[in-house]
Amino acid sequence: MSEIKPAYNVVETPDGYSAPGLFATSLDKVIGLARKNSIWPLPFATSCCGIEFMATMGAHYDLGRFGAERLSFSPRQADLLMVMGTIAKKMAPIVHQVYEQMTEPKWVIAVGACAASGGIFDTYSVLQGIDRVVPVDVYVPGCPPRPEQIIEGFLKIQDLVGNESLRRRYSPEYRELLKKYRIA
Amino acid sequence: MTKDKLYTLLKEKLGDFVELAANDTDLPTCIVDVQHIYQAIALLKDEHGFVFLTDVCGIHYPEQLLPLGVIYHLHNFKTNERIRLKTFVSAESPIVPTLTSLFESANWMERETYDFYGIVFDGHPNLKRILNVEYLDFYPMRKEYKLEDPTREDKDNRFFGR
Amino acid sequence: MERQDPHIIIQPEDIDKQYHTLNLGPTHPATHGIFQNILTMDGEKIIDAEQTIGYIHRAFEKIAERRPYYQIKPLTDRMNYCSSPINNMGWDMTFEKLMGIEVSKKVDYMRVILMELARITDHLVCNSVIGVDSGALTGFVYVFEQREAIYEIYEEMCGARLTTNMGRFGGFERDFNATAINKLRALLKRLPQVLHEFEKLLVRNRIFMDRTINVGGISAERALNYGFTGPNLRAAGVDYDVRVMNPYSSYQDFDFVIPVGQNGDVYDRFCVRQQEMWESIKIIESALENMPQGKPHVDIPHIYLPPKHEVYDKMEALIYHFKIVMGEIDPPKKEIYHAVEGGNGELGFYLVSDGGRSPYRLHFRRPSFIYYQAFPEIIKGSTLSDAILTMSSMNVIAGELDA
Repeated sequence: MSEIKPAYNVVETPDGYSAPGLFATSLDKVIGLARKNSIWPLPFATSCCGIEFMATMGAHYDLGRFGAERLSFSPRQADLLMVMGTIAKKMAPIVHQVYEQMTEPKWVIAVGACAASGGIFDTYSVLQGIDRVVPVDVYVPGCPPRPEQIIEGFLKIQDLVGNESLRRRYSPEYRELLKKYRIA
Repeated sequence: MTKDKLYTLLKEKLGDFVELAANDTDLPTCIVDVQHIYQAIALLKDEHGFVFLTDVCGIHYPEQLLPLGVIYHLHNFKTNERIRLKTFVSAESPIVPTLTSLFESANWMERETYDFYGIVFDGHPNLKRILNVEYLDFYPMRKEYKLEDPTREDKDNRFFGR
Repeated sequence: MERQDPHIIIQPEDIDKQYHTLNLGPTHPATHGIFQNILTMDGEKIIDAEQTIGYIHRAFEKIAERRPYYQIKPLTDRMNYCSSPINNMGWDMTFEKLMGIEVSKKVDYMRVILMELARITDHLVCNSVIGVDSGALTGFVYVFEQREAIYEIYEEMCGARLTTNMGRFGGFERDFNATAINKLRALLKRLPQVLHEFEKLLVRNRIFMDRTINVGGISAERALNYGFTGPNLRAAGVDYDVRVMNPYSSYQDFDFVIPVGQNGDVYDRFCVRQQEMWESIKIIESALENMPQGKPHVDIPHIYLPPKHEVYDKMEALIYHFKIVMGEIDPPKKEIYHAVEGGNGELGFYLVSDGGRSPYRLHFRRPSFIYYQAFPEIIKGSTLSDAILTMSSMNVIAGELDA
């Protein structure tokens, strides 16, 4: 009898002990599993990379396959800030404010060379990388990155989300990090 | 419209306040004294059909007597002619009359020129910085200012030819 | 409770008017880009709007003064990133005009094909987004598939999708290869079907018509005064098109119609863009049909970048490569203005050369920047939802707006 493949993706079961009617694993893993497959990204698209993000969300590449179908345009209900495109110095306080508004736990991905380092725009008006105003978890290089690269960056975020300890956000190191970026 | 025709036409009205630009331009170009630039453009618009203001931009020649310039491109749709007018002002009092009463489109283009070069457009309804942050304390497109971001520390000048 | 006298009629001016302020942007999801509009509103009606722009100002013009001519092209990509090949080739043609170079018909025709493809992608994005903003996501998903197909043709030509940096001074690095031609032919077959379907969804759709007709209109006179160009000006009824008025790149060889609207409203802009895509398809077909034979570039070694394999084994090629990339081209001292019909209107390059390795001054006439200032006037008196539609129909590209 050939195995029937389901028409939907099923995530892998985390390590644990199973017995009939019982499955035991750590809370971290379960929550990580749930979180990583239901990320609500906030697209903060400013320029060219934003157009590539439109392609990533489109039918051809379909980011929705990875559980990120629902874009959250409100920072209050978003898990992942996706900064795509050049951030000028005029825009920097707004990025900071949007990050502050997001609720914990939150992650940031800097898509494209401009968001990661200022890119080719080493000028008086461009912020040289968004990591000067907010902490960044994953950098995606490229000018602009191809949709595949954006998806790869998203998968890296999923790894981080899935494996994060539940205590990380309460740790003194994390508080220290936020303090460095002047986030209360 | 040829270069000479534009020149004679403006010369008739403005006398000595207009001069012909050097030869190496693709469009008929005249340099008009700043006191009369508004008059010249109004004349061209009202009587000669140059109803479309294609472009306004600034320029900076630090070693000239009048270093700051404003360059206007006008277009006559009926005869399909383009012309270029220039006017120059000193760095101490860079004041040019605004064209916003003739063309609405001049509004932002003049603000951009102000933002980049610090040229003040007299009579402009809302002359403030448009592209740069409001607290910027210099006019970045002037030649003496650097392009690069001053806060970067990771660049070794030896490798960047600076 | 005290009853009001029914005979007292309250005059509108007696009511204490209260306006409130709404901050739309800079990161509003409905604005497709980084623009801020501070709206003064009376209920749902917009009384006044104040715009703030410059949120992605990257100082293109300053960079252009410090880079050799050859290295300026990547900047033009990032201006209107929805139709970067038009910007690329506009810059190529500006430089060729400066140097006084004539390119062959072959190059012209190749440029025409790529520029018209770019125009289609630009208009597809704009029109499908108008659909999204009026509540029809379906069309967006349909046409984006075709946009991907066009990107694949770009990939065959230059390896990049969005910021193409396509072509060289004096031509192209390679001719259309067989794959590109096949993809182009497949596109020309498939795209009309998709466009038909897209039009069937929207053009005579009662909801769409009610949402867009007489919304965000502007008269021809005001549009000219505001410096409108491109589809937005044509929607208002002025048949100005740089491709016809000042033909460049052999556009005079092609037979096409300039579609013109009447009211300059959202619906007219939509229809003009839609019609322009049909014209673009016609132009591409005709260019492909009549493509001349020959090399896809000029043979002027100090202008046209030598092929890479020659750079590795030939001394002259290496020298020329170095000289071109580092800007030792020795351009004449000249001032030129060159305009092309970009996706949004007249994209102008005003170049002042002092004979140095980089331009003395390079000013980009960016159509979005000039016509976006009419936005407050257009939306005054309309509702907020109509303002959103108006903005997406004007197709303001943030990169082009802020330079």
